[in-house]
Amino acid sequence: MESPIKTTEQIETLKGLLTPIVKREPGPVLLCLQAVQTQYGYIPDGAVAVIAEVCNVTRADVHGVFSYYSDLKKTPPPVISVRLCAAEACQAVGGRALAAAWGEVCAADPDLAAATGTNEPVFCLGNCALGPAALVNEQLIGNANVETLKSAVTAAQNAAETAL
Amino acid sequence: MTVWFVPRDAAALSVGADAVAAALEALGEQVVRTGSRGLLWLEPLVERADSRNGTRVGWGNVQASDLRDNPLTETAANFLGVVEELDYLACQNRWIYERVGIIDPVDPDDYLFHGGMAGLQRALELSPASVITAVTESGLRGRGGAGFPTGIKWQTVAEQSPVPHKGDPQDAPRHKYICVNADEGDSGTFADRMLMEGDPFCLLEGMAIAAHAVGADSGMIYLRSEYPAAIAVMSDAIDKARARGWLGQGILGSACNFDVTIRVGAGSYVCGEETAMLESLEGRRGTVRAKPPLPAIEGLFGTPTVINNVLTIASVPSILARGAEAYAALGQERSRGTQVFQLAGNIARGGIVEVAFGISAHELIFDLGQGTKSGKPLKAVQVGGPLGAYLTADSLQVSMAYEALAAEGAMLGHGGLVVFDDSVDMAEQARFAMEFCVEESCGKCTPCRIGAVRGVEVIDDLLASDASENAEQLLRDLCDVMTAGSLCAMGGLTPQPVLSALDQFPEDFKRVAVRVDATAQGVVHE
Repeated sequence: MESPIKTTEQIETLKGLLTPIVKREPGPVLLCLQAVQTQYGYIPDGAVAVIAEVCNVTRADVHGVFSYYSDLKKTPPPVISVRLCAAEACQAVGGRALAAAWGEVCAADPDLAAATGTNEPVFCLGNCALGPAALVNEQLIGNANVETLKSAVTAAQNAAETAL
Repeated sequence: MTVWFVPRDAAALSVGADAVAAALEALGEQVVRTGSRGLLWLEPLVERADSRNGTRVGWGNVQASDLRDNPLTETAANFLGVVEELDYLACQNRWIYERVGIIDPVDPDDYLFHGGMAGLQRALELSPASVITAVTESGLRGRGGAGFPTGIKWQTVAEQSPVPHKGDPQDAPRHKYICVNADEGDSGTFADRMLMEGDPFCLLEGMAIAAHAVGADSGMIYLRSEYPAAIAVMSDAIDKARARGWLGQGILGSACNFDVTIRVGAGSYVCGEETAMLESLEGRRGTVRAKPPLPAIEGLFGTPTVINNVLTIASVPSILARGAEAYAALGQERSRGTQVFQLAGNIARGGIVEVAFGISAHELIFDLGQGTKSGKPLKAVQVGGPLGAYLTADSLQVSMAYEALAAEGAMLGHGGLVVFDDSVDMAEQARFAMEFCVEESCGKCTPCRIGAVRGVEVIDDLLASDASENAEQLLRDLCDVMTAGSLCAMGGLTPQPVLSALDQFPEDFKRVAVRVDATAQGVVHE
């Protein structure tokens, strides 16, 4: 896949996005990475070099920050992100079994698997009294089961289609 | 006129509160969105009053389908009566959470009407030194887990002079910071989130009091990315507070200048450790810093910095407004005031319980929580997050207070209790504690970075059918090294859940070996 940060014009646009952050905020490297991810959905090739330039640090410095944080992604996200809580409070109410069941549902349904990508576990969504908890795009799901997850994915797909 | 109250707290939204609010509005009713009362098993909990500030009656587990033609009636099966008289709420002593679930979180007038800003007004009448004295005399200790006395921390920062950011020239602007740690990553804890979503002005008021007390000009809230609803509510509240003169230049007409920004985390648990949080706030990898220097002397961008948990800072407005003496009169030993306990996991009535220190885990789990959600016998309770010890069903008489828990080899942490029924495999939980440390270690110190990986391997060995004879001793030695040799609590406390599982539930570590054996022989199919 071609990076959206390649031509001189694209690079200048990105600099225009980042320069105000660097001027306003002390310690801006992580903020710049987060701004890039908000803009493109991931950190495309070429972004690290631009951030290094506007922040006046080395590319190694920026790469170090990029590679540290699990939120920052190297590749575009799936259309619908499904994240199941893998922490203790959800384990106590069947979180592990739900993750396994969801894996089977996705394995049996290639379309669903393509739309949602791999379940990326998350450690705690702060919904620990109503577990198992899951996050489908921005929608937090309590008392989650395979059926509520499926309908949340459908709702997210409909929302995505409406947005287009 | 009739007013309906529907929570906008993320937990309530996770079980359909938005659809309920929409259904009420579709019937032409007036709806106010509030935080959650913290009776989470009843969410969405809808309340009704005859005026905005009248007595409220409630309905539990309301679904939009209940509201097709008529608003809720008092003859409905899910009618709860007067909400404040419910046993779960009536026994609480709410200081931090006094307005949560009652007010519209982003309405400054509602905040004022319910006693907001009284603490800051009182603080501004006092000298900074007197504010610190009040906080010290209240006995307030850090609610993030370490329990360090807040007054002493503030005093240390107050004694420092503001300095320019590290690397800036000497004539650059000089700063001191108030940093709020809202990186609530512990499983089984959600009190920071619910406070921020339910009463964000309380946190901002507490930060402004701290700023006045120590002479700080800047504040930052480090808020985890897993809490998008809290980020939205806090951002809205900051804008509104600025517009009211509650933040910015000359707060409430005083000489105090103080403003707050939010920085969002990026999915790293260890950034809840205070020095890793500073690194992350400065835009770097969230690795732990060696102490000294203490953050109070050389903290964010090299300036003197107060770092407090959300609940610590949110305790301060009511302490100032109601008096340090009244706060200190609550609790036991050196655990003064109230603690916001969070009942989570496999529990029938999960939620928020703010009471004085000293209540027993048994009372919390059985009297208030009414035991497991599954109805099966309780087997273990993890207190204080993923680095906290597992308690057995027999040891729940312990008082929930810093000293009493420490005497049991456990810790209060952030006040979360995660309940497990008898289907839990404690060997699996011990292994998970090590796995979690592998995933989340910042990598700075070897005992944590390598120790956790080795920990998973050794536990696997211990559980294998052909376990080495010395596997258990090896695991204990490894835990010893991690406890004594790690730079921060991540590596230092990961052995707590592991060893408590091993010591209190040894049969689980043997049973697995039998099961693995059986699986290998084709006897058991899983």
